[in-house]
Amino acid sequence: MAQRRQAQISTIGARAFLLQAPGDFDLPAQRRIWALAHALRQWDDLGEVVPGMTNLLAIFKTTPEDPDVVTTRLRDAWERAESIDIKGKTIEISVHYGGEHAIDLAALCDRSGLTDREAVRLHHEGTYTVFALGSAPGFGYLHGLDPRIHMPRKTVPSLKMVKGCVTIGGMQTGVAVLTGPNGWNSIGFADLQMFDPTAAVPAIMAPGDTVRFLPERIEL
Amino acid sequence: MIEIVDAGPLNTIQDLGRPGYRDIGVTASGAMDPLALKIANLLVGNDQGAAGIEVQTFPFRLRFRETTVFAVTGGANAKIEGVVLPPWWMQTGDAGQVLELLPSPVAARAYIAFAGGVDVPIVMGSRSTSLRGAFGGIDGRFLQKGDSLLLGESLATALPADGLGVVPPAIALAEFFPVAPDSTLLIRALPAGEYDLFGADGERFWSQSWKISSQSDRTGYRLSGEPVRPTESVEMRSYGIVPGVVQVPPGGEPIVQMSDANTAGGYPKIAGVLDADLWRLGQARIGSRLRFVRSSHAEARTLDKAVAAYVDDVRNTSQMVGRALKTMAGPQRVVREGKHQ
Repeated sequence: MAQRRQAQISTIGARAFLLQAPGDFDLPAQRRIWALAHALRQWDDLGEVVPGMTNLLAIFKTTPEDPDVVTTRLRDAWERAESIDIKGKTIEISVHYGGEHAIDLAALCDRSGLTDREAVRLHHEGTYTVFALGSAPGFGYLHGLDPRIHMPRKTVPSLKMVKGCVTIGGMQTGVAVLTGPNGWNSIGFADLQMFDPTAAVPAIMAPGDTVRFLPERIEL
Repeated sequence: MIEIVDAGPLNTIQDLGRPGYRDIGVTASGAMDPLALKIANLLVGNDQGAAGIEVQTFPFRLRFRETTVFAVTGGANAKIEGVVLPPWWMQTGDAGQVLELLPSPVAARAYIAFAGGVDVPIVMGSRSTSLRGAFGGIDGRFLQKGDSLLLGESLATALPADGLGVVPPAIALAEFFPVAPDSTLLIRALPAGEYDLFGADGERFWSQSWKISSQSDRTGYRLSGEPVRPTESVEMRSYGIVPGVVQVPPGGEPIVQMSDANTAGGYPKIAGVLDADLWRLGQARIGSRLRFVRSSHAEARTLDKAVAAYVDDVRNTSQMVGRALKTMAGPQRVVREGKHQ
C-alpha cells in the first residue's frame, strides 16, 4: 500500500502557519480543508483561519512559544479532519465573453491551440465550486476549470484590470472584484456586485457554493 | 471637532486594523506603524487602538475647532502655530490653532491621536480606511482639505498643561533594533515555504541590500536589486497571506506585503518578516535600502516581549502622571472631562 503523503506545514513570519494538503487539487482535498477550518475555529489561541486552495493559513494571536508544538497540533488536526460536504447555493453569472475586456483571450488560444469559440465554450460549460475567498473583498476562487484552458498567471501583471473581468489564473478561475493590478488572464466581463461591507453577510459567495457562467453575449 | 486645512493624497484615518475577515478577502488595513499609533493614543489617555490620522504625504495641516488634547508620533516635524513640538509629544491645542506636519528626513509616516479618538463609523469592527475596498474612515477615501472630523468623548483624565513626551522606540529599544553602520535598515525574517526553491539565490536574498522602489505603498513594497529566481517555476494554488510576507514574482524582485496586503496570493514566498520589525518597515522611505537578516522563532518571542514591555511602560507612566496631577490639583482641575464609553 502506498504510504499516505503528509501535509506540508511552513511559516510566514513567526505567527502564521500554512498547511498545504498533499495530493491533487480536487474537491475531496478541499472538503478536508473546510473540515480543518471548522475544527481550528474552536482554538482559543488562533486569531484567524484563512482557508485557501487546498491549503489553510492559521494566524495565531501571539507568537506561539514553540513552533514545533504548533506544527504537531496542526498535523494532528489535519489527520483527524473528516470531509465536510457544504451544501451551498448556486450562483449564476451572466458573462460577456470576448470584447474589449477579454485582453488575454488571444494568448489563451495561442497557448491551448483552441479556437476562441472553443475556449469560451469550455469555460461556460463548466460547473465550478467556490473553494475559498480571498485576495480582494468577496473574490471567490473557483475550482472546476477544464485543464485544456489552464493558463499560468502573467509574468507582468495588468496594471489596471477592470472590476468584473472574468479571469483564469493557472487552474483557477474567478471574477475580478476590484479594478487594479491583476496577474490573471481576462477572457470576458460580468457585471455583478460581489461585496457590500454594510450587509450582514458582506460577500455573496461562500465556500461550497456552485457557480455557473451563462454566456449572455459572445463577441469574437 | 477638527478641520483638515491642507492635505495631499493618501493620508487616512487608521486604527489597529480590521483582522478577522481575511477569509472573505478583506484586508486588515490599520496603521503602517502600529507602535507609533498605540503610543500616540496612550499619551492622550485613549485605548491604544483608537482611530487617529496616518500622515504619509506632507505638508499636512489641521485646525482645532475646540480645545483638544493631541499627540504626534512617528516620523514628522510638527509645529503648532509655528512653534516646533518635540518628537513623540502630547499637548493641548486651543480652538483655532493650526497643527502643521512637515516631513521627517528619516521616517515615512506620522500619527496624530486625539483624546477621544476620531469618531467615524465602525465598519466590520474597525474605523480604518480601506482604500482598496473603498470603505471605512470617511467613505473609504483619503482625507481632503475641508473635511471635518468629529472626536469621541475622552475619558476623564488629567494631563500636564505643558505637554508630555516619550522616548521613541528606536531609541528606547535600541538594543533590540540594531542599526547597520551604513544606515541600511536591518529587517529580521524567517525563511518561508518556497525558500528552498531558490537554491543559491536564497543565500543572496539575505546577503544583498534591496532598494525600496517608488512602486511602493500601503499595500506593499517592491524591492529593487539583483533578481532572485526559483530553480524551477511553480504554479501555486492560492494561499492566505499576512503583512510581512516576502513574495517573488517572475521578475525576481521581491514584494513585501504591508498593512493593505492582499489576503491571498499565488507567488512563491521566500521569507516572512517578524511582526516586531514590521513597524520599522512601515517607516522605511522610498529609495532607502534594507537588508533582510535571517532570524529565529526564539528571537521573535524576545522582540515581541520587548515591544510589549515598552508599550506597557508608556501606558503605566502616562497613567501615573495623570493620577499624580489629579492628586496635586484636586478633582476639580481636570483638563477635559467626558463620559466613559
